Amino acid sequence: MTTQAQATSLRSEIVVDAPVERAFRVFTEQFDRIKPREHNLLGADIAETVFEPRVGGAIYDRGVDGSECRWARVLAYEPPDRVVFSWDIGPTWQIETDPGKASEVEVRFVAESPERTRVELEHRHIDRHGDGWEGVREGVSADQGWPLYLQRYADLLTS
Amino acid sequence: MGDPTRRAIFERVASRPRAVGELANEFPVSRPAVSQHLKVLKDAGLVISSRDGNRRIYQADPRGVAAMRDQLDRFWSQALATFKEVVEQDPQEVS
Repeated sequence: MTTQAQATSLRSEIVVDAPVERAFRVFTEQFDRIKPREHNLLGADIAETVFEPRVGGAIYDRGVDGSECRWARVLAYEPPDRVVFSWDIGPTWQIETDPGKASEVEVRFVAESPERTRVELEHRHIDRHGDGWEGVREGVSADQGWPLYLQRYADLLTS
Repeated sequence: MGDPTRRAIFERVASRPRAVGELANEFPVSRPAVSQHLKVLKDAGLVISSRDGNRRIYQADPRGVAAMRDQLDRFWSQALATFKEVVEQDPQEVS
């Protein structure tokens, strides 16, 4: 797996031993298993993460208490080649309701052989979240509001 | 969440820009200790500093985009690693 740097976007890719159709299907149908669990905007534990497989669909977390958090909109759904969705989570780790301030994730599935697939992920326009950055000030003092980027700080202090 | 003084210093700096001396007056720690905390915060990309005459003023990084990017990078690296495990481990589950 490799990751490359650029100021306002990131790329990450991985090669898996699976045909491209299967790679696409597992990524979208089993996104629930793929998404790191500790990322949770709900007040409750996440029961499941649902990826609605169509343009206009959503990706949302459903809590064990029935609450829901819709944090992405599916912008392109082209099996088995690519999927694009918005990232509607702002820097204070809260839902961004203004689509103009959302970033975007594109995942491409490229067949390297009948049994191998390269998965290229690009998360771009991260700077669009910057407009809401003032919110960090309020977020800092709230118990639940430690902004996303402060996790880095937490890691720093506990490592 | 680790060092409470460092966290408190960050909260003060995030609420408005402050000079080192000002912070040193607010905490029961020495000025060099405050400077050390600020250096760690700066290295972590959480605060930036600027000069104002003889004073150095610290403030929260106004954009934090780089730090946010860093977090997302970690999120996706982890997600893709898990994806590889899932897609390669149970080939019968999704046929």
